[in-house]
Amino acid sequence: MTTLSALFEKLAQSKKNQIILFVAYVVLTGAGLFLLPDSTIAFLLLLFSILILYYLNVNLRAKWITGIVILAAIVPFIASHSDSYQTYMEVGTLVGIYCAMALGLNIVVGFAGLLDLGFIAFFAVGAYSYAIFASGQASKFMPFGHYPLPGDTFWLFIIVGAIVAAIFGILLGVPVLRVRGDYLAIVTLGFGEIIRILLNNMDHPINITNGSMGIASIAPPNFFGISIGSSSQFYYIAFGIFLVVIYVVRKLENSKLGRSWKAVRDNEIAAQAMGIPLVKTKLAAFAIGASFSGMMGVIFAAKQMFVDATSFTYLESTMVLVMVILGGMGSVPGVILGAAVVIILRTQVLTNISNWLSTMSSNYGISIPPALSPEKMQLLIFGLLLIIFALYRTQGLIPHKNRKVDVELLKKESAEAARAREKATSGGAKS
Amino acid sequence: MLAHILQNLPQVLIDGLTLGVVYAVVAIGYTMVYGILELINFAHGDVFMTGAFIGAIVLFLLMGMGFLSAMPALIVFLIVIVIAAIATGMLGVGIERVAYRPLRRKNAPKLIALITSIGISFVLEDAVRFIAELKTGNYIVTAPSMFNHKFNVDVHSVIPFFNNATFQASFLLVLIVTVVMLVSLDLFVNKTKWGMAMRAVAQDRDTASLMTINVNRVISVTFFIGSALGGATGVLFMIQYGTIDPYIGFILGIKAFTAAVLGGIGNIRGAMFGGVMLGLLEMFAAANLSVITHGAMGAEYKDVFAFIILILVLIFKPEGLFGKAVVEKV
Repeated sequence: MTTLSALFEKLAQSKKNQIILFVAYVVLTGAGLFLLPDSTIAFLLLLFSILILYYLNVNLRAKWITGIVILAAIVPFIASHSDSYQTYMEVGTLVGIYCAMALGLNIVVGFAGLLDLGFIAFFAVGAYSYAIFASGQASKFMPFGHYPLPGDTFWLFIIVGAIVAAIFGILLGVPVLRVRGDYLAIVTLGFGEIIRILLNNMDHPINITNGSMGIASIAPPNFFGISIGSSSQFYYIAFGIFLVVIYVVRKLENSKLGRSWKAVRDNEIAAQAMGIPLVKTKLAAFAIGASFSGMMGVIFAAKQMFVDATSFTYLESTMVLVMVILGGMGSVPGVILGAAVVIILRTQVLTNISNWLSTMSSNYGISIPPALSPEKMQLLIFGLLLIIFALYRTQGLIPHKNRKVDVELLKKESAEAARAREKATSGGAKS
Repeated sequence: MLAHILQNLPQVLIDGLTLGVVYAVVAIGYTMVYGILELINFAHGDVFMTGAFIGAIVLFLLMGMGFLSAMPALIVFLIVIVIAAIATGMLGVGIERVAYRPLRRKNAPKLIALITSIGISFVLEDAVRFIAELKTGNYIVTAPSMFNHKFNVDVHSVIPFFNNATFQASFLLVLIVTVVMLVSLDLFVNKTKWGMAMRAVAQDRDTASLMTINVNRVISVTFFIGSALGGATGVLFMIQYGTIDPYIGFILGIKAFTAAVLGGIGNIRGAMFGGVMLGLLEMFAAANLSVITHGAMGAEYKDVFAFIILILVLIFKPEGLFGKAVVEKV
């Protein structure tokens, strides 16, 4: 036992050994997926390598490059040999979409401390803005133009979706500035429900959203003449936007804006006293968070080729919240992990257990009532996760870390600057 | 247009009052907890729903034993409502123990308590769905009809430009029971020692604890009363509207919360007033929205209407109609 732990100690200290072990892990799980192409477990183990990578003791740039190579090349390449290739890539796309959305909510909840229970509304706005114009729907109420718009406009609509969602974010934000704390949660919840009910009923007097029928046959995106229809292609779009979102979030986190968000979160009145403009800061949080969600809404609409209001319920909003809480409020890697865990749990683990239970009951005559099926137990599972994490691990799976500031270094720097200034002024006085 | 609105007014008033008193009692559960803990108990709407289901279970059990034919319906109803109230009251105390007390001890931020309450609400919804589906194969439960004798109010012969209105016997029952609950709660809070302790804790928890008040016990009692009232209202809802499902608590809870905010949160009489007002407004909107907007908007917008009221009140008068504005200090 002691030898084993000593071995681990030794491994952990050596950078070279870590890298060797990591490569071995990737090769092993990759070979596992290659040989057992239909094994979900092998697929998940391969994805797990990203988490290991996060904890490796190598420099940041190397980690990023390895991560991108694994996700963009190794995973799709190995998975493409499998019959369930499209299913795997579908999961990957969903993880990308929800990661970006959870990062958006993380700005609102984790950084700025504004609990938003209607976040899915922005996703809905993004999805509908593409759906309406990329299907025949727009011709029902637009006096000019020719619809559906061609698939090339998809790329434009990613930006349009972001802007429209940001506008809605500001629209929500303006009243929100006057309410605070838990009232805010209720107002955002009400806003989310209003948007959903509106989308569900705007088929009269003017048919804008086609009501509860939803909008079908949305044009697939077009990439230099290639029509993008399969999950394996959407995977790359979602992955690309996800990278952009991470880059923006990481830049924002330590920027002036990011620091003022955290100040507002920790104490609104004190932050205001320190000269932080509350209105602007909060509005920025809402608008930026919403725009991520809107972009992903556009991709969602294009991928599903069908949208209706049932995809944007309160449950979905709280699901994104669960991702943020589970991963750790304010922690970027945590939120990504949280989103991945929730999506994989929802789409892979629960379905697989349900299927396994039903085969059990048909093969061995053990009767398991359909009410017990784990697929239906989502509410219970996510409710329990919320309670357990809120009570016992408030900081989530990967706790949020503030950037360390070297106080000594800062002092020395400022002292040097002061000395230099003094010298300059005194020098000026002498001459 | 005005004539049409006026014609339907008696019926709108009756329906609105029924819905309004239901909102009022549920709103009290929110307002009492908020008054003491400054916490939105998101799970309260689902406690209401659980009360409706417990009521349905007890009713079916009594029916299976043949009580319903042997005893007057009113006594059966009283047994059902008392059992449901006690059970949900205990549930409320349990929720407080599990989800809120540990957080209070840790002095956790309020956001965290809100998140646990959302979690509790999910767990309740799914647990009830699971049990109902396991027992009956379907989570939508139709209650045996009671008190369905119809009354006709002949308004037309008294005031000619009104239409006649009808109501069920259960409407009277809902009205009487809720008024009894509201009055006795008001007396309890304002006249008894426990009520005084509750008000003291709501005002200042630390000082109250110095005045030999057991704060945790007062909070438990508050949760018991609020939840019991909510559960009892669930039974009334089941008898009045017939079908229940595990998701009725969510929307109704939000609207009851709206009512509580409308009346000034923390203020019990305000919550009663807010509930009745919201019920009337909502029924009025449901009946007349399509007339007023010439068919552009129908009754399906009545929820939007309630949410807009909530947002407007929170923006322009966050302290509610009867509340006092509080200045926040660092």
